[in-house]
Amino acid sequence: MKKFINAADRVVEDSLAGMAAAHHDLIKVHYEPNFITRAGGPVKGKVAIVSGGGSGHEPMHGGFVGRGMLHAACPGAVFTSPTPDQMLAATKAVDGGTGVLHIVKNYTGDILNFEMAADLAKEENIHVNAVVTDDDVAVQDSLYTAGRRGVGGTVLAEKICGAAAEAGADLETVTALCRKVNASVRSIGVALSACTVPHAGKPSFTLEDDEIEFGIGIHGEPGRRRAKHASADELAAMMMEPILTDLPFTKGDHALLFVNGMGGTPLIELYVLFRKAHAIAAQHGVTISRSLVGSYITSLEMAGASISLLRLDDSMTKYWDAPVVTPALRWGA
Amino acid sequence: MSGGLDVAVLTAWLGRVAVRYAAEQGYLCDLDAAIGDGDHGANLARGFTAVVAKLGQPASPAALFKSVGMTLIGTVGGASGPLYGTLFIDMGKAAGESTTLDAASWAKVLAAGLAGVAARGKAQPGDKTMIDALTPAVQALQGETDLTAALTASAAAAVHGAEATKKLIAHKGRASYLGERAIGHQDPGATSLAMLLQGLASEAG
Repeated sequence: MKKFINAADRVVEDSLAGMAAAHHDLIKVHYEPNFITRAGGPVKGKVAIVSGGGSGHEPMHGGFVGRGMLHAACPGAVFTSPTPDQMLAATKAVDGGTGVLHIVKNYTGDILNFEMAADLAKEENIHVNAVVTDDDVAVQDSLYTAGRRGVGGTVLAEKICGAAAEAGADLETVTALCRKVNASVRSIGVALSACTVPHAGKPSFTLEDDEIEFGIGIHGEPGRRRAKHASADELAAMMMEPILTDLPFTKGDHALLFVNGMGGTPLIELYVLFRKAHAIAAQHGVTISRSLVGSYITSLEMAGASISLLRLDDSMTKYWDAPVVTPALRWGA
Repeated sequence: MSGGLDVAVLTAWLGRVAVRYAAEQGYLCDLDAAIGDGDHGANLARGFTAVVAKLGQPASPAALFKSVGMTLIGTVGGASGPLYGTLFIDMGKAAGESTTLDAASWAKVLAAGLAGVAARGKAQPGDKTMIDALTPAVQALQGETDLTAALTASAAAAVHGAEATKKLIAHKGRASYLGERAIGHQDPGATSLAMLLQGLASEAG
């Protein structure tokens, strides 16, 4: 294992300290329990949005804390859910008196910990709503499993809902918008190589030179199936097919196309994928009116990519375009 | 053990369990690696080490259970933290003012813990979770008035329940994504729950 780390059990804290130093104008890092808030205090009279999850997915979620997006993020250990004491402290720190929305990716640990935190916050008279994101079409059978995983669509939900909260929407409106974004987005991921969790010290799975893992989540867990490696155009087609048919997207839709790197794939390759995914959408009659390309929800150093497609309406488009000032996303301000 | 479960006995139990989890963490991690993410033993060992360190001298079994629960939800993480934390917190709510728990009150307390875990995890018997060890353990306590016999029977039922998870398909947690590939593997949460109750039988049985 060759990594820029000092010790496996210090990775999260050392990285948080680096973030705090790099972005002191935007964010404030709190320790024991660990959470990140905006540099300013709570915004009176505006809904606050808190998210969180295991570390190892940077810039998600800490990199999305700032004006127009999240109010706080709770980083757990690498690929391990944060704990309720973190979420409770973050929720209390950012509550502006009009309620807090928790955006939770659908993983059993994340859900249980956020539920406990919401129960504890309610005991302190903070109104908390929660929305669980589950946009991963790789998981087909959600009746007998923990259900579809929350992946790339989460980034889009956090941006759009953050803008709505900034514009003064109330808790029920922001909550409903978050559910709508989640219901309108579909994603799938492909790995070209595995990743190594620092405290595990070895890769979570191994892929031969000519193999890919199709339908991966974001924790180095195996995907829907193993397949032969193919050209970028063929892989983009493999990925777009289940996305387009699942929602389903139909002729005349306007959509946001998000091509995301898993941490070890360069932007040049993400644009190669975007080119084909964009063309396939066009063939399907779907107009790509907004886009995002880059590594925003990652799995450590995994080489791979995910594609998310979000069907837009006027309100989502307006909030997507609204100003955002965070370490990882910044425009319009 | 005629004196029942008081703070001293329960404190000794938690110390014993912390030692056991530290010793078995490799085994529990291996069970978890087969069908989950491989950190169950390490997480529980860390959590119960913290439980022992933070326990102090609680005034009652109820206060002790609440302290254990709060420590576990703050240190274990993953799904096990809230589930084990809820187990102890709801046991604390059911323990009430009692300073010493007899067989009947322990049965009531553990049943309340089971109800809390089932509600938190939305799991039922047969889902291949800690519920599959906890449910028979609670059932074995019913109608038994001798504490020693009750704890021994309860621990044995938990161990049997944990072993029986081998033949199950998981319906909860990351193991649920494996479908039939989970068959043949014993559930790590059911296994650690059985160890918890074995510890109590050893300490107070």
